This record gives sequence, structure tokens and C-alpha cells, in this order.
Amino acid sequence: MKNTIIEARDVCFKYEGASTLAVDHVTLDVAEGEFLAILGRNGSGKSTFAKLLNALQLPTGGSVKVNGITPANEDDCYEVRKSCGMVFQNPDNQIVTTIVEEDCAFGLENLGTPPQEIRSRVDEALHSVGMSEFAQASPSMLSGGQKQRVAVAGVLAMRPRIIVFDESTAMLDPIGRRDVFALARRLNVEEGITIVWITHFMEEAAMADRLVVMDGGRIALEGEPRSVFAQTDRVLKLGLDVPEIMKLAHMLRERGVALPDDIMTVNEMAVALCQLK
Amino acid sequence: MLKNITLGQYFPGDSFIHRLDPRTKLLATVALIAIVFVAQGFSGFLLIAAFVVACAASTGIHLKFLVRGLKPIMFIIIFTFVLNLFFQTEGRELVHWGFIRITDQGLRMASFMAMRLILLVVSSQLLTLTTSPIALTDGLESLFRPLEVIHFPAHEIAMMMSIALRFIPTLMDEADKIMKAQKARGANFETGNLIQRAKAMVPLLVPLFVGAFRRAEDLALAMDARCYRGGAGRTRMKQLKFGVIDAIAAVAMLLLLAGVIALNKLNLF
Repeated sequence: MKNTIIEARDVCFKYEGASTLAVDHVTLDVAEGEFLAILGRNGSGKSTFAKLLNALQLPTGGSVKVNGITPANEDDCYEVRKSCGMVFQNPDNQIVTTIVEEDCAFGLENLGTPPQEIRSRVDEALHSVGMSEFAQASPSMLSGGQKQRVAVAGVLAMRPRIIVFDESTAMLDPIGRRDVFALARRLNVEEGITIVWITHFMEEAAMADRLVVMDGGRIALEGEPRSVFAQTDRVLKLGLDVPEIMKLAHMLRERGVALPDDIMTVNEMAVALCQLK
Repeated sequence: MLKNITLGQYFPGDSFIHRLDPRTKLLATVALIAIVFVAQGFSGFLLIAAFVVACAASTGIHLKFLVRGLKPIMFIIIFTFVLNLFFQTEGRELVHWGFIRITDQGLRMASFMAMRLILLVVSSQLLTLTTSPIALTDGLESLFRPLEVIHFPAHEIAMMMSIALRFIPTLMDEADKIMKAQKARGANFETGNLIQRAKAMVPLLVPLFVGAFRRAEDLALAMDARCYRGGAGRTRMKQLKFGVIDAIAAVAMLLLLAGVIALNKLNLF
């Protein structure tokens, strides 16, 4: 069993003046090196939960332990943010400076890293996200997907153990979306960075190691994407969609075609259909 | 319509002046302004003018950029020239026509004022033409840092300036989008008198402001998430460094000052 890097215990969060809990008694462990997707429709509490992981919000009940720290004061929050980076939804609103490489350096500058080390880590991070040739460019000249890659580089330069993507692909075109997802996947596999991928796109959630579906601030379903989506009725009841091929499998099963529960790809469907007598 | 607004007026290049440390350029500009006020005679002004023209020529920036910069203040130059010309009544009379009386002293003072203004504008323009806004901000932050002892918020001001620079193009795009959206709904921004046109701007400005506040909130969160907590303990990737060329520039400024003082003493013309 791998180390647990995020331990959320009975976490509650209530916005000031709100009558209901935005996050309602959530208990969740994330293992080091895991690629976890959190799926939910708008207002399901998934983004609030993301902010709790990064100590941008502190829980009003329960506790969140990230990389061995349960943030209690400002210095703890700072430590948590160092080990848990975050990429936000709007690519424009998270880039601070007018030059790509300076933005990349922003986090390290805040940490008080020596200039030579900033230089080498920024170059490394930009190379890693494939944006080296844009180091001197102005962020306003970049496409949405490229801006998100710059944002990832800015987080990566700080060498976090965890990166939380809070609907980072929601505002991108399909190519940018695929790009950023592939980048997160690669960082997960090659660098062993734990990824928490928050989204409302089924196709992305289906590709995670583990999937958590949130609804009304609670965890509604949890498990491997395959087994979660296999409960097609429940997923649809939560106001979410399932990937097209799973919907097809569900409809065929309802008509009495004997298909296994966990078909997720066109290939698997084809194989299953060919094996029917 | 909104696309052609250029930010500042930076003219990229690789000349001696372009390569100077922004702090050197800022200090040299202040020094040049002081020297302009030290000069007491035409010879001094000629020396300064020669120096400024030589600097401008070395940057490879076309003269028309510098002249264009003078246009907005042409009125002020002419106004002060005329004012000095008419109201300085000491000295030998040159023209006396009705109530207008022009003296040699008046002409001298008026020309000095005009030349001072022109030199001031041209030299500060050389600064903004050869320094990128971001370098200028870094230079200002570094120059004002000592004042943080007396709680002058040097870092905060520089941070605000650079964020403003970062978001101007973004907000321009947004304004453009909103404008198109409003036009598609039949809004009219181009015709009518001044008041009508100002009123037509309201449906443009309100969403723009709301959007800007939302962006500001997002950005603050993103800065928090990247461990921003003010200027204390912060380092910079690009360190400003004085080099040999900065020393050369300092010597040049000192020589210019010495030259102007010498010409004042000689009292040539």
C-alpha cells in the first residue's frame, strides 16, 4: 500500500451566510502517485473541496491533512500550498506577469528561492510542458491551452507533490483540453506527482485511476471509473452523463442483450458484441 | 478600434541605451532634467540638445517618434513662449506695437522656457521608448526599495503596476467583445452628441467593471495558491545588475553637467 498523501476526515465547509454545507462530511484518502478524478455537476461542492486541499479555504469541521500537515496557522497553509499546487479554471485569471517565464518564476520568487536556482527550475518546468519556445512571449498572445500549460509550468517549478486541477479544461477547445489532460497524465506517470482532477467531463473522469462523484457536497459514488459508470442508473440520476459507449451498453442491456457491466471503450464493445451467440 | 492602442511606447532594440540598466536610465533622466535647469545660456542648451540628439540617434529610433511625442504639448510650449515673450518687460526694447512690447530679455527667457520644455519631453521620451514597461517597473521598485524603511509600499506599487500592465490587453479584448455583443443587440456607440455617446458607454462599462472585479478575485486566489505573501522575503529571477555600460553612462552624464557649468561660467552667449 502506498503512502496516503491527502487525508480528509469528516470535512465540512460552509460559506458565510449560506444555510447548507458546501462540503458535507467528506472522508477521502488519496494515495501518493494516484490520479484521482472528482466529478460532479455545478454546485456539487467539488471546487470548494479543491480549495480545502490547498488551504485556500480551511474546513469549518473535520480535518484535511496534506503531505503530513494539518494547516492550523498561516505558516502551515504556506507549507501546504508549497506541496500542493493548483491550476484553476480560467487561464487568463491566473497568470500574474506580462512575460511567460516571469510568470513561471512567480511562485519560486515568493518562496525566496535563489535567482540561479529559479532560472534553472523555470527552464526545466517550461521544457517539461513544452513551452520553452514561448519563454519570452506575452501571455496575451497565447491560446487557452497554451496559457494553461504555462500555469502548469508555474506550479511545476515549485516542485509540488500534488497538483489539483480545478476544472482546468472547462474553458478550452477540444484540442487544448486533450493537451492539458495528457500533460497531467504524463506528470503523473513520469514524475509520480499525485493528481486530483476536478471536472464535469465524463471522458476525462473515465481515464482516471479512481473516480469520486460528488453531489450536494457529499461523496455519492466512489471507485474505479469502470465500476462507477457501470452503475449507469445512479450516475444518470445524479444529473450526470455517462460516456456514450456506456450509455449504448446500458440501452442494449435494457433491451435484453447480455453484455458485461463494465464496457468502457468502443473496442471492448466490439469484442463483447462479437462474442454474443 | 480598441486594438490599435499601444501600451506605453516601447521601441525594442539593442542599442547602448537599450542595454542600460533601467535604474541607470531612470536616474540619468532625472539628472538630465536637473541639468536642463542648470543651463543658463544658449551655449548650454545647445550642448544638452546635441547630447540628447546624439543619444536619440544612437538608439536607432526614428526621429518622427520623438517629434510625435511633442505634439500633445505643443500648445503648452507655445503658450509659455508667448506668455514669457509679452510679460517680461525688462531689457532693450525690440518691438513696440500698441500694447505689445517685446524686449530682448523677454525673447531670451521665452526661448529658454520653450527649449527647456522640449528637452524635458524628448529626454523622458527616450526613457520610455528604450525601456520596456516591465523593466521600468522593476527599476522603480528597486530604486524605491530603500524607502520601505519609512513604510513606502515600493513592492506593492510595482506589483500593482505590473498586474495592470498584464491585464490591459485582456480587458481590451473583453471590452471589444462586450462592444460587439452590444452592437449586435442594436447599441450605437458612434453617433450622437457627446452626452449621448457617454450614455452609450454605460452598457459597455458596467459589464467590463463587473468582469474586472471577478478577475481580480480569481487572480488574488491564484496568487495565494502560489504562496504569495507580499514583498518580504521575496527574490527575483532576473536580478538588476549595474555593468560597465552603466558606469560609462554615469561618466557621460557627469561630463555633460561639467560642460554645462563651464559654459555658464564662460558666459559665451
